[in-house]
Amino acid sequence: MAADRLKVGPIMCHAHGLCAELLPEMVRLDEWGYPILADGPVPPVLRSDARAAVAACPTLALRLRSD
Amino acid sequence: MGQTLWFASRATGLVSLLLLTATVVLGASHSGRVATTRWPRFTLHAVHRNLSLLAVAFLAVHVATAIVDPYAGIAWLDVVVPFASTYHPFWLGLGAVALDLLVAVIVTSLVRTRLPLRVWRAVHLASYALWPVALVHGWGIGGSDSSLSWVLALEGLCLAAVVVAVGLRLRATHPDSEARR
Amino acid sequence: MTALDAARLPPTDHPRLLAGWAETGAITRYSGHRRRYGPLPGLDGPRLIELVSRSGLRGRGGAGFPTARKLRAVADGRGRRIVVANGCEGDPASAKDGVLLELAPHLVLDGIQLAARAVGANEAILAVHTGSRLLRTLAAALRDRGTGEVPVELAEVPRRYVASEESALVNHLTSGDARPTVTPPRPARRGVRGRPTLVDNVETLAHIALIARHGDGWFREAGTRDSPGTTLVTVGGAVALPGVYEIDLGMPVAAVLALAGGPVEPLQAVQIGGLGGSWLPLPYADGMPFTHEDARAVEAGLGVAALVALPVRACGIAETARVLRYLADESAGQCGPCMFGLPAVADDMAVLADGADRSGVVVRRLQERLGVIPGRGACAHPDGAVRLAAGALRVFAADVARHARGDSCTWTGAPPWLPTA
Repeated sequence: MAADRLKVGPIMCHAHGLCAELLPEMVRLDEWGYPILADGPVPPVLRSDARAAVAACPTLALRLRSD
Repeated sequence: MGQTLWFASRATGLVSLLLLTATVVLGASHSGRVATTRWPRFTLHAVHRNLSLLAVAFLAVHVATAIVDPYAGIAWLDVVVPFASTYHPFWLGLGAVALDLLVAVIVTSLVRTRLPLRVWRAVHLASYALWPVALVHGWGIGGSDSSLSWVLALEGLCLAAVVVAVGLRLRATHPDSEARR
Repeated sequence: MTALDAARLPPTDHPRLLAGWAETGAITRYSGHRRRYGPLPGLDGPRLIELVSRSGLRGRGGAGFPTARKLRAVADGRGRRIVVANGCEGDPASAKDGVLLELAPHLVLDGIQLAARAVGANEAILAVHTGSRLLRTLAAALRDRGTGEVPVELAEVPRRYVASEESALVNHLTSGDARPTVTPPRPARRGVRGRPTLVDNVETLAHIALIARHGDGWFREAGTRDSPGTTLVTVGGAVALPGVYEIDLGMPVAAVLALAGGPVEPLQAVQIGGLGGSWLPLPYADGMPFTHEDARAVEAGLGVAALVALPVRACGIAETARVLRYLADESAGQCGPCMFGLPAVADDMAVLADGADRSGVVVRRLQERLGVIPGRGACAHPDGAVRLAAGALRVFAADVARHARGDSCTWTGAPPWLPTA
C-alpha cells in the first residue's frame, strides 16, 4: 500500500491552523501560525485524523499525497 | 390529519431558520478566525458543518410536509423552480431560491476537497444571499403567524445575530490577510 | 556599473565567451561573430543533447543543474515546446549576464537557436529586466541575424529579486504575475502557457553554442570533472578591479580575487553565490577551488557565480543584516514563512549588529528561526536568506560575541560592501 505523505501548499496556506488542532501529532505551528509538518509518511493510526485535517483546511492548502 | 402537516411545515421552517442562522453565524466566525481555548477553530468548524446538515434535515421535512399537505396545493416542482407556484408565488419562490442555493452550497461542500478552492468559495459565499432570502420567505409566507410577537422577536434576533456576525467578520483582521493586501 | 566597465580583460587565460571582447575590445557584431565562429553547426536535436550531456555543462543561473537533463526533460514533453533564455540577473551581486548579453549577444542567440533545436521548440523568449538598456542592443542583434531561425521575442521582466526565479519567470510570461509558483509541475512539463518550457540562463546557452562547435572534449579542457568549462564570475567588494571575469571553474578563490586586481586591504571573508549565497572565512577560503562540488562541501553553494570580498574593518553581521533586510523586502509575500520569517530574521540580525543583545536572547531566537524557515516556501528565496544568515553567525561568531558585550559596531555609517541595488 502506498504511503501517504502530508504536503502543504505554501502559497495557499493562510495560517488558519486547523491542521495543528486536528493533527498535533504531525503538525506544529511556527511563531507566525504556519504549519511545520513532521517528516515521513502518515502512520496508519493517524490516517483518519490526517484526512480530517485535510478536509478541514479552510484554504485546501493541506493535501495527502501517496507516493 | 387535519392541520398537523401544515403546523409541522411551519414549525420545521422556523426551526430551519434558527439552524441556518446558527450556521451562518458560526461560518462567519470561523472564517473570521474567531477561536478561544474552549472553542478552538475545529470545533467551530465541526458545529458549523453539523448544524448545516441538521438544517438540511429539517428543511427536508419542511418541504415534504408542505407538499404533502393538500391545503396549499404546492407541487414538487414549485419548491425548486422559483415563482412557479399558484400559492403565494413570490414568497414561496423565495423559498425555492433559498433551497436551490442551499443545495449548491451543501453539495459543493461535500466534495470540497475535490474542487478548486475558488469554485467552492464562490458558491459558499452564496450563503450570505441565501440566508436573508430564506428569512424574507418565512416572514412573507407565514401569514398570521408572522404577526405573532414571539415569531417576530425570533426573526429579529436571528437578523441581529447575523448582522453582528457578518459585521465582525468584515472587521476581522489577521497578519496573513494584512500582509497579502 | 555598466557592462563595459564591468567586463575586465582576462590577463592570460583563454577566454571563451568573452574571446571576441578580449581580442578586439569591441562589442561583437553579427558579421564578426560569424567570421569568428562560423555558421551554426548542423547537429540534430538528439545529437546536440548527447553532446551537451557528454560535456557535463551545468546551468549557470545558480542551481548548477545538469543542462542535458533539462534539455531531455523538455524534449520529452508533450505538445509545442518553448525556450526561455533568462537574462534578468535579479541578484545585485551579479553583473555577468548583462556583460555577456552586451558583449557577445550572438553567442547567446546561437545558444537559443541550438536549444530550440535540441528540445524541438518553434518559439523562444529572451527575458531581460524592464527598461534595461540591453533591450536595444538585443533588438539590433536580432535584426542583424538572418531569417530561417526560430523567432526570438524579447520580454521585459520586473526588476525584482525573485521575478527571474524560474517559476516566477514562467508565471510572468504566462499571466503577467512575476511571482513564483509552487512546483511541481516544473516548467519542463508545464511552463509558459502550459507548454513544456526550457528555462536556461543566457550564459548556459552561450556555452551550448560553443560546445556545439568545438565539442565536449574541448569544453572539458577547462574546469573540473564535476564542474567543467569556464564561467563568468562577478567579483566585487574590496578588490582593486571589481568586475566580471571569465575563469576556469576550479580556480582557487584567491586566484579569482587576484584576477580582479587582488585585495586593496586585508580581508576577513568572501561572500559567494549572490546575496542568497554564503559567507566563507578567509584565509580558509583562499585555496578553495571555485566549483559546485567544493562549495557544497563547505555547506555553501556556488549559486550565481559571484564573489564579494569583505575587508577586516567591515562588520559581517551588519553587512548581513542589511542584505537580509533587502531580501525580506524582496519577498514576493506569498508564503508565510518567507513574508514573516525574513523580516523577523532581518530584525534579529540588526539587533545583533546594534550590540543590543546583551542577554543572548536574540541570537538564540535567531538560531531557532533559521532552523524552521528553510524548505517551506514555494521558491528557494527564504532558503537563500537563511543560508546567508546562518553562515554569518558561523563565520562572524567573534563579531557576534563582541557585539553581545555591547561593543559598538565599527561598520556603522560606513558604505556597504554588499550591493543591494
